[in-house]
Amino acid sequence: MNRIRTAPPRYWLVALTLVFFLGFPTVISSFLASEWTQALILAIAIMGLNILVGYSGQLSLGHGAFMALGAYVSAILAHRYKMDYLVTVPIAAVFTGGVGFLFGIPALRLSPLYLALATFALAVVTPSLIKRPAGLTGGVQGILVLQPDPPDFAREAFAFVTGTAMTSDQWIYYITLLLAVVLFWLAWNLVRHRPGRAMRAIRDGEVAAAASGVNVAGYKTLAFGISAFYGGTAGSLFALSTGFISPDTFPVSLSIQLLVGAVVGGLASIPGPLLGAIFAFFLPIGSNQWVPSQTWLPDQITSTVKNAGPAVSYGVVLILIMMFAPNGIVGLLRSGYVILNRRLRGASDPKTGQMPPDPQTV
Amino acid sequence: MGRKAPGFAAVAAFLLSVGACGGGITPTTQTDVGITSNSILLGTTNALSGAAAAYGTIANAENAYFTHVNNNQGGVNGRKITFKILDDGYNPAQTVPLTKQLVEQDQVFAMFSGLGTQTQTSVREYLNSKKVPQLFVATGATTWGKDFNSNQWTLSWQPPYQGEARIYAKDVLANHPNASIGVLYQNDDYGQDYLKGLTDGLGDKASTMIKDKESYDVTAANPFAQLTKLKGAGVDTVFLFSTPKPTIQSLAFITAGLHWEPTIYLNSVSNPQVYMGLAAKSGAALKNVTSVGYIKDPTDPQWAGDEGMKLYKQVIANCSTCNVNDGFNIYGVAVAYTMVDVIKQAGSNLTRANIMKIASSQLNESNPFLLPGIKVTTTSSDHFPIMQEQVITWAGTGWKLQGSLIDERGTIK
Repeated sequence: MNRIRTAPPRYWLVALTLVFFLGFPTVISSFLASEWTQALILAIAIMGLNILVGYSGQLSLGHGAFMALGAYVSAILAHRYKMDYLVTVPIAAVFTGGVGFLFGIPALRLSPLYLALATFALAVVTPSLIKRPAGLTGGVQGILVLQPDPPDFAREAFAFVTGTAMTSDQWIYYITLLLAVVLFWLAWNLVRHRPGRAMRAIRDGEVAAAASGVNVAGYKTLAFGISAFYGGTAGSLFALSTGFISPDTFPVSLSIQLLVGAVVGGLASIPGPLLGAIFAFFLPIGSNQWVPSQTWLPDQITSTVKNAGPAVSYGVVLILIMMFAPNGIVGLLRSGYVILNRRLRGASDPKTGQMPPDPQTV
Repeated sequence: MGRKAPGFAAVAAFLLSVGACGGGITPTTQTDVGITSNSILLGTTNALSGAAAAYGTIANAENAYFTHVNNNQGGVNGRKITFKILDDGYNPAQTVPLTKQLVEQDQVFAMFSGLGTQTQTSVREYLNSKKVPQLFVATGATTWGKDFNSNQWTLSWQPPYQGEARIYAKDVLANHPNASIGVLYQNDDYGQDYLKGLTDGLGDKASTMIKDKESYDVTAANPFAQLTKLKGAGVDTVFLFSTPKPTIQSLAFITAGLHWEPTIYLNSVSNPQVYMGLAAKSGAALKNVTSVGYIKDPTDPQWAGDEGMKLYKQVIANCSTCNVNDGFNIYGVAVAYTMVDVIKQAGSNLTRANIMKIASSQLNESNPFLLPGIKVTTTSSDHFPIMQEQVITWAGTGWKLQGSLIDERGTIK
């Protein structure tokens, strides 16, 4: 009991978040649950990107390509070889992780700007590449992915809680949630231990890290591999949740969306990708439907902005966040918490007025 | 902070109990979802933004026709039509959640005129399993009519690309029997559909007449290299199976870049007069250009006194952002006309199943916005609503109708 009483507030936040995500689908419609599934999937992909960009300091503009790879591996295995879809998720993740690891090897030779360009090129060619082996990928016709019916135990548990039958969308939500929790927990472990420290050392000074005995090349490719592993998992789940994939499902803008989510949420933090994903997923949808419905906006503005509604509001919010919260939403919350804490119980360090640095943020 | 812990625990327990007590919302299954005594709710997804945003105006034009019917006729059989338009940016990954939203949250009666082949394919399985009509999809892919039997809740409206390409084949065989043909096509189902129709239409002459086929990707900046190859292959007749942007680029490049004067066949997707004007402005000579049409062209002076065109102009005035001369707008008004016609025919039996039955097998409509003589027809064995088109040639400032309507009904198996 004493241990629970003395647990740091972040543990309570984690527990609260978990309870929220577990209970949420029981009060919202199946459709909204499917939207939140997509947000969680983005969170997984962004977490992968966060490990690469935030922790190891390598920029990638092509993470949508890893999602596409994972999605197609799963869809092809499930569609052509009639495998159970859930079995294909880890296969897709491991396969994509392997490809990411291999991609990390030539990436070692590229300086940050060129690496960004190379990964961007990867994102650009992906839709065209998918189209070529039309026999395997279905070409532009895409592949339909059948959504699984919830198993009996889940159906009964859900019916016990809500009194209504569980839909496929809600079942997929819980699968995604489970994987997201596991992957976030793994990432949290990773960054607190040796590999995480090594990656941060490389990010902050490659020469210094090498001089301290860190295997720079090894950890850099490892970061690529892990990051692609997350991307592959996300892609595989993405195909499952939308029920259909085609080359246009993975446009260049998806890769940009992931990077925006990572930056807005807060790089090099664990809750950052979740917040960034919620932002990156719901802002375009919300603004898309909000802007045209606003009657007070003059016609000239709505008629020109209407079509570009998501893009414009995306840009505006992005600029505002970068101006007022350069460390993302997490950075903003953290500094807000520090200020609040200081107000409530006085500064922790009376001499400087500073809170001691949180070991997690270093 | 430890002292605050029990407080958090209480909040967590409260949230948990909220989760436990709240009842889930499930879509109600009744035969007339989306219909009340005085309203009908239809939904659509269209590309209002993104690379294909030029098509977005179709949805607004459709809405303009529904507004016209609501205001001037008091709706259809006393029910006013509400049309909810969502923007999927031409991305199938967006189409799926938006369509789910329209079906499950907004509870639309039917999906109407969703735009794009990949985007509409992505929700075909879903809508068919939910038995929600996916009516008059705005794409000419042949699959909609051809695979109707396995997807009985999905129907298209416009002539299929393969049927159109067969008309070009007929025209070439009649007017240029010795042509040596080069084809430029977009490397996707749309371009391949056209190519297949042309090859099938030319029959055993296809292998000798088609000298070269070059494809480009949708994402390509321009098709100049492919055109240069076609010229190098020595062809004298060029088929452009391409969307508006690459078509305009091609027309200009053939004249200004290659100094070439082949006979040109242009697919109907890219033949609205607006695009021809843009091509001319970029230096295209536009000599010997042939295409086909099935809708009246709003800029063609021969329709100035036409009743259908007068009605179109009156209807489109309801849409402040619609350009009256844009061929896509009259398309939208025409397809909305068919939709209203179907709902009218359903009368008091306004169920999803009955709407599908009428649309897919009992249509026999003269549409005032289509070329005279065209009938929008479906029977129990034929699910291509429009199968008649007419050859048109470019006459400097506008398209000129040639010959008479060509009917391709029954040629696509």
